This record gives sequence, structure tokens and C-alpha cells, in this order.
Amino acid sequence: MSGRSSVARRDPPWFAGALIVLAVFYFVLVLFLPLVTVFLEALRKGFTEYRVSFDDPDAIAAIQLTLLVAVIAVPLNTVFGLAAAWAVAKFEFWGKSALVTLIDLPFSISPVISGLVFVLLYGANGWFGPFLDEHNIQVIFTVTGLVLATTLVTLPFVARELIPLMQAQGTDEEAAAATLGAGPWRTFFLVTLPNIRWALMYGVLLCTARAMGEFGAVAVVSGLIRGETATMPLYIEILYNEYNSVAAFAMASLLALFALITLAVKTALEAQFADELAAQRIR
Amino acid sequence: MLCRQTGPWTSRRAVLGAAAAGLAGCGERGPPATRLLNVSYDPTRELYEEINALFVEQWKQTHEGDLILEMSHGGSGRQARAVIDGLHADVVTLATPFDIDAIAQAGLTAPDWRSRLPNNSAPYTSTIVFVTRAGNPKAIRDWNDIARDGVSVITPNPKTSGGARWNYLAAWAFALRQPGGDEARARDFVRSLYRNVQVLDTGARGSMTTFAQRGIGDVLIAWENEAHLGLDEFGAVNLEIIYPSMSIVAEPAVAKVDANTARRGTDDLADAYLRFLYDPSAQDVAARRHFRPSDAQILAQHRSEFPDLAMITVDGVFGGWAEAHRIHFADGGVFDQISAERGQ
Repeated sequence: MSGRSSVARRDPPWFAGALIVLAVFYFVLVLFLPLVTVFLEALRKGFTEYRVSFDDPDAIAAIQLTLLVAVIAVPLNTVFGLAAAWAVAKFEFWGKSALVTLIDLPFSISPVISGLVFVLLYGANGWFGPFLDEHNIQVIFTVTGLVLATTLVTLPFVARELIPLMQAQGTDEEAAAATLGAGPWRTFFLVTLPNIRWALMYGVLLCTARAMGEFGAVAVVSGLIRGETATMPLYIEILYNEYNSVAAFAMASLLALFALITLAVKTALEAQFADELAAQRIR
Repeated sequence: MLCRQTGPWTSRRAVLGAAAAGLAGCGERGPPATRLLNVSYDPTRELYEEINALFVEQWKQTHEGDLILEMSHGGSGRQARAVIDGLHADVVTLATPFDIDAIAQAGLTAPDWRSRLPNNSAPYTSTIVFVTRAGNPKAIRDWNDIARDGVSVITPNPKTSGGARWNYLAAWAFALRQPGGDEARARDFVRSLYRNVQVLDTGARGSMTTFAQRGIGDVLIAWENEAHLGLDEFGAVNLEIIYPSMSIVAEPAVAKVDANTARRGTDDLADAYLRFLYDPSAQDVAARRHFRPSDAQILAQHRSEFPDLAMITVDGVFGGWAEAHRIHFADGGVFDQISAERGQ
């Protein structure tokens, strides 16, 4: 009897069964039930009420604002992520490991802190407060503040997806392109970009999902002005606090729907992405 | 909608101009609308929705163009903090005078703001009452009933909630006014009351949800207006309002934020808006929303909805809000002390 199979055989069947039951129970309790609850609560008073809750101009404004913030923050972080990953993966320079660590910082600090730092910088009593005040510029409690906070919180997503891949790919193909006479832009668009396109899309998707769902950081810089600086997650909280739970969960279901779509696209991409990675390793 | 968003221009145009217009698909913009931002606390949403509509109607009779009244609601202390940090409120309508004092201390409004409007700048007041389960199964009649063993109490945290501070001070004042009552007995009484607190939410709305929706606790200490709203929302068959023998005049206060109105050119508008809160039409809305109107005539019309009860004031018993805050709610104050003792 080989050692490996005897270890497997020593586990009594009830143990394996118990583990499976536990895993399923856990999954249902912490993931599946909350998701179902969102949709059930949203439809508690029927579909008409659900539908009507989206007619409120403040709800429409919240959806538009959320999309607007994402439309600004995600491209910013895509360009930054590309540039950072390019620099880290293709070049050696002093302070590289520090840069990689810094990119991860928004993951490790609480979003509340990410919001508060902007209040401390640009708020009325912040470092730049008096300067902004003199020039009659308001950053905090406006859309600008929301974009800043969201950009900070979602900064690592694209870079984090690209750095390991680009490092694994090395610089051979770019070097070959250069010897064949391709300029840097041409090399980027014809060699580098095709190699990373799935990882890039994956990063952009994650970044978008987080940008739309971010609560903590934007709550600090929002000021909660209905129809003006209340994004979807903030508006959900406002509605819930107003005992308007159908509208709150209706909005939440829309946000959950965005997330589910992102997840579906992500899963599809992942399959594709895995193939390409494998292909690249063989090459 | 984004199309409505015309001010504050300077910051937005630079960052978002094209994006905003593109995304929202805005057509021609008319002359910019006049805007007024009212930064308020949690339970006033329904109140100001109605009052604002009345004010806009009145304003349009004598003015050209559009008036947009913007609202921001949240925990009172948090809202005051946001205004101090630069939220461009033209007027604040908060849960306690203390929160507006904080704004005055930051130099944004005049220190004498309370004397600028009638009734200590409180256009409507409220008081603190109990909400029990239907039929009042624990036979709760007065403050000493909720400090008994075996009664589970829901009230928000006085460190974060304006409403909770009124609850706390009302309990303290009750104990003080009992035969033989003194500071030490009041402290013991409040300590045993807070020992009974099962969930300490951060705000009045959270406490109502805990009590009515999640079904936790035997009694909720709440604003009178919030108690009525809870009954409307969760059913008068499930809940019951109990008036104790004695309570407190809870004065949600209003003030113009001078520094912001001067800059935004909304000085006169803010004054007119705050004065309108005392107008009989607005007072009637307040009464219908279960806030006690300051207008004697409107109060008389709604007399039956606002039972008479003995009410103390913070100025009378605690020597004003600054003093009450220093002794009870500041870091290391009495509330912190009894919270620490709670664990022992």
C-alpha cells in the first residue's frame, strides 16, 4: 500500500461529508443568502414599486454620478497602471521595490483613511485649504473630491494585474521589435499591448467594479448632498436610513447586478486569459 | 440630475466639463439657478421636503429663474464636522445647539447665532418619549421603569448621536428631580439605565430600525417625532408610545452659516429661508410631521397630538449645552466613566 493513498483512505467518509456540508453551509450563509436577500427585499412590494423607485430624480442622479466617477477614475488608473507596470517590468531603477509596495498601499489602508487624507489636504482646515479658499476652488464635498477618493482607492487594480504578467514575459519581444526598427509607440501597440490585453481588461473590470461600489472613502468626502454628491452606495444608505427599504434595496440590486455582470465577464476572460498564459509559457 | 448641477462652477468645469455634459447629455443651459444648501440631521427628510416645496413656491412669486434647495442628511455631529471641513452649507438645521456651537467656534457663524431668531433659533422643538411593544408588556410608565433589572433598552450612543444626548440628559434630569435626588443618585440611575442598553446604535434612525425592524429590546428611547414616524412606518398595531411623567425640551436648532452665505451671495436668501421656518404654513408642516411648533396658534390647533408633560430645559438644569457636553459627553466625561464601569 503506498503511503499517499493510505493517508487519503484514513479519512472516514463522514469527515469528508461534514467538510462539504460545512463549506456549502458557509457559502450559503455568507455569500448566497445576502445576495438573494438584496433582490427579495427589492421586490418585496412588487415589481411596480421596484421600477418606480428608479424614477426619482435623485436616484437617477446617483446612478449618473456613480458612472461619471467611474468613467473618470478608471481611465486614469488604467493609464497609471500601464505606465507603472511597464516601468516595473521592463526597467531596472532605484526605488523599484518601494514603488511596488506603494502601489499596494490603497489595498492595505482603510478606505475611511483614504477619504480623510483628502479632507486633511483639501478641506477648509487642510494643508491647501487656505490656498483653495482664496481662489474660490472647492475640492472636498464636490464631484472632484469623489473622483479623487475613488481614484486613490482603485489605484492598484490595473497595475497589480499587469506587473506579474509583464515581469514573466520579460523584454525579449520588445528587444526583438527594436532591432527590427520599431519605435517605442509601435512596439507598445503591436507587441506589448497584445500580450497583456486580457490581463489589462481583467484589471479594468475589477477597477470599475470597485470604483462603482466604493463606500468608505467617498462617504467621507461626499457631504451627502442628495442629487449632487450622493453616489449609488451612499444613496443606498440614505434611503435605508429613511425607512425606504424597497428603494434602498432596488438601488442595491442594481449595484449587485453591475457586480454580477462584471463577474460574468471576468470569468469568461479568465478562461481566455488562462489559455493565453499557458500558450505564452510554451512559447 | 447632472443637468441640474450648475454650481460651484470653478472646480467642476476644470475637471469634468466635457465629461459631465457628454454623459448627462445636457442640452442648453438656462440662466444658472439660485441654490441654497441646507445641511440637516437624520429625521428631517420628510419635514424639509414639504417645507422646501412651500418655500420655493413663495419665492417664485417674487423672483425670476429657478431656486434649487439642496438637502444633506446625516448624523448631526458628523454633519457639523463636514461643515467645519468645508461643506458649503448656507444654513444648518441640526439636532442640538451644541453642534451649531461647534460651527460657530470654527468661525463660520456668529457666536450669538441663537439670539438671531425667535425661540432660541429653534423653529420647532420635540421631546423625548418611550416606544414599547404593543400592549406595553413590561408595564413601562416612567423613567424608573426602564432602569429596572430585566428591561432591555434601545437608545443610540450619546458620543455620536444628537438625539441620544437628549435621551441621556432627560434621564439624568428625571433622577435629579426625584425626592432626595442629587448628582450621585442621578449618576447611579443613569448607570443602571445604560446597563440595560442592549444595542447602542450610532444614530436615532439606527436605533429605531434595531427596535422596530429587528425586534430587539423592550423599550426604545426616542424623539417624539421619530416615535410617531416609527409608528407610521412599522405599524401602530405593533408599537406604542409612552409619555413619561417628565421629559426634556429637545431643541433642534437652525442657523445661517455666515462665512458661506457671504461667499456664495446667498445671505438674504438664507435669512428668508430661516424666517420662513417660523411662517404659519411651515409651522403647520412641522406639526403634521410631529415636531412641536413654536407658533402658539399652530400648536393650539394640534394640541391633542402633543400631550402636555413637565419638560425641563438643558439651560435650566445643566447650565447650557457647552457645560452639559463638558461634564457628560466629552472624552473622559461621565458617560465615558459609566461605560467603563459597565463592564465591571
